[in-house]
Amino acid sequence: MTITTSRTKVVVTAPLTGIEARRGTGVIRRSDIFSILGSAVAAVSLSSWLFSQLMVFHGVLGFVATSYLLFLIIYSVVVRFDESKLAVRDRVVSVIVQSIAFLMLIVLVIVVIYTVSRGVTALGHANFFTTDMSQTGPLDPLSSGGILHAIAGTLIMILMALIISIPLGVTTAVFISEFPGKFSRLIRTVVEAMTALPSIVAGLFIYATVILSLGFDRSGFAASLAMTVMMLPIIIRSGDVVLRLVPGNLKEASYALGSSTWRTVWNVTLPTARSGLTTAIILGTARGIGETSPVLLTAGVTTYFNANPFSGAMVSLPLATFSFVKSPEPGMVARGFGSAAVLMVLVLILFAIARLIGGRGAGVLSVRQQKRRTQLSRDDVSRFSASQPGAARGVTSGSGRGAGRLSDSLTPLTARLFPRFFARKGSRP
Amino acid sequence: MPRSLRYARGAQDRVFALVTRGSGAIVLTIMLLVGVFLLIKGYPALSAAKLGFLTTQAWDPNSGVFGIAAVLAGTIFIALTAITVAIPLATGTALYISEYAPPRIKQALISIIDLMAAIPSVVYGLWGLFLLQPSILDLSKWIATYFGWIPMFHVTGFDPNNPLASATIFTASTFVAGLVVAMMVAPIVSSIMREVFTQAPIGEREGALALGATRWGMIRSVVLPFGRGGMIGGTMLGLGRAMGETIAVYLIVSPVFTIQPHILEKGSNSISALIALRYSEASPFEISALMGAGLVLFLMTLVVNFGASFIIARSRSGASSDG
Repeated sequence: MTITTSRTKVVVTAPLTGIEARRGTGVIRRSDIFSILGSAVAAVSLSSWLFSQLMVFHGVLGFVATSYLLFLIIYSVVVRFDESKLAVRDRVVSVIVQSIAFLMLIVLVIVVIYTVSRGVTALGHANFFTTDMSQTGPLDPLSSGGILHAIAGTLIMILMALIISIPLGVTTAVFISEFPGKFSRLIRTVVEAMTALPSIVAGLFIYATVILSLGFDRSGFAASLAMTVMMLPIIIRSGDVVLRLVPGNLKEASYALGSSTWRTVWNVTLPTARSGLTTAIILGTARGIGETSPVLLTAGVTTYFNANPFSGAMVSLPLATFSFVKSPEPGMVARGFGSAAVLMVLVLILFAIARLIGGRGAGVLSVRQQKRRTQLSRDDVSRFSASQPGAARGVTSGSGRGAGRLSDSLTPLTARLFPRFFARKGSRP
Repeated sequence: MPRSLRYARGAQDRVFALVTRGSGAIVLTIMLLVGVFLLIKGYPALSAAKLGFLTTQAWDPNSGVFGIAAVLAGTIFIALTAITVAIPLATGTALYISEYAPPRIKQALISIIDLMAAIPSVVYGLWGLFLLQPSILDLSKWIATYFGWIPMFHVTGFDPNNPLASATIFTASTFVAGLVVAMMVAPIVSSIMREVFTQAPIGEREGALALGATRWGMIRSVVLPFGRGGMIGGTMLGLGRAMGETIAVYLIVSPVFTIQPHILEKGSNSISALIALRYSEASPFEISALMGAGLVLFLMTLVVNFGASFIIARSRSGASSDG
């Protein structure tokens, strides 16, 4: 049932009876483990025989692929001894699915470990973090030169991008979620389409406007504008979803107390959605910080330390990585990997913070906040019961029900990024 | 009959509405200006080249012979290679997380996949250039040896019977670039698929199991049909990402300006790599041509993205059954 007042759309659903949990029905028997292990041993032995005695193929990749195929065949034969055809197919598919997921994880681990391990040679020198590359040529050893200019450039650019995109993004998200209508629907559609904006197009746009049309030089400020163009849709899109997750009864309670829209947004909606909004901003930041091509087009490459974003070229970490590895010198490549490792650590930290803050949905409290709220409630109860016995129960049970509804709003990050896909997720009766 | 509500808006509220509407308008203007400015700046070159812009392969704007046929084809080949590799990877991972993974590690796996999507593209580019490319050459060679008769996998100048043939003709190819881009788009595709798979109604799942289906039987008859819209939409979204990828492709491919349909062969190109390669030494007219190329890329990603959300919105995904 939907009650529509002229200003706010409030969806009223039946209170959840608790999220249905799926029961696990799988059992692992001893014979299952034996058949898997046995097939694996047989497959590896058979393929090492093929590779060392018959020499049909060669190479590590070929060995792994051959053993895997042999494993699938042997395993299906082994399972076929005491299971039906259907069960064999089920087992084989489950092995394939699990190995694909494993492959994906392995790739991530390899990407992270490989970058860090190649970068360690550069990261070991303290000057890598304290000097720029202006006095260092391509042939100089790693004990000279560093990426201070790139670190400073990245921080300055992202800071300026955030100064623009946080107010603009959050107010737009508030507009979309608080003032429904044709105009906000148009903005939502356009913003949704823009989240897939190729980064080079964002760079090209700022290049066309700020540098070619307005006649400014390449600068850190232009690069931060390009980052803003990329980050805005992400912040607005995920911010909108978080704001819409704020329970209607909280807002209604505020309206019922006679407060204005502005007061309600400032005192109820935004504080409730604070953790989600922070996550939205951090996700946008992670995307903006890692992009190379907008900076390449709008800020140019430099080896000098430059703290003035309004004049002179300015380089960022991804761009520094890119220009380092274009050089054939091993020292420069090592520096490239070093700056890539620094960049990755930066993104990992941002991501961890986002997880920490945004793991909770809109209005879901941390343990400490929960304790404080409970204490406040208790104080109220004792205060009320001192003057007017009977009114206290209503207060506590009301807040309790609100908290129960909120567990519904725990959505993973992807759902926040692509709200349209998950918009119709309804609560089951 | 509910009484119609009337209210008077205070001054504070009027200012608030004005400010938020204003910032909405600013954002909308910026987003629309992206297309408008690319069109304005690209117009001189587009009007000079006319339809030849889409059919000419060479890129020499200063002599008047230029077009994006080669880079457009390269963009599409790289994106298709990437998405072909990414679909099985993403589907498998999504199925594993939603159907097979023990509940204890499920949340951790979701975080890891999200994190994988957040790793900067230049890091993937480095990985592809220094680690993947040298080790994948054997695979390229193997495919070219046994499947070279398929036109797509043909490699000019490769003789399978010559054991001393250098493997360098397989480097910097569409295939390698596509693999790297696949690793970048697979996580995002996988997250969308996983989200749709987990929404498959429990009632229908348990119905299938109660009728004697194996786990795979249940997945095939309930989860996959239910998630089809999400799978297609997620794939298209990944395709849009793959088309726009710049730095990883730029690092890996060696640019050519002919349509290169042999994906294993050295040399490829994409619109974004072309822009990154040429913008710095370009004459004003060439800049205009690059803007035109950017406009085409922009329109392509828009179409793909709108298509994706349209398909997802129309599919059954996200609706819940009464089970």
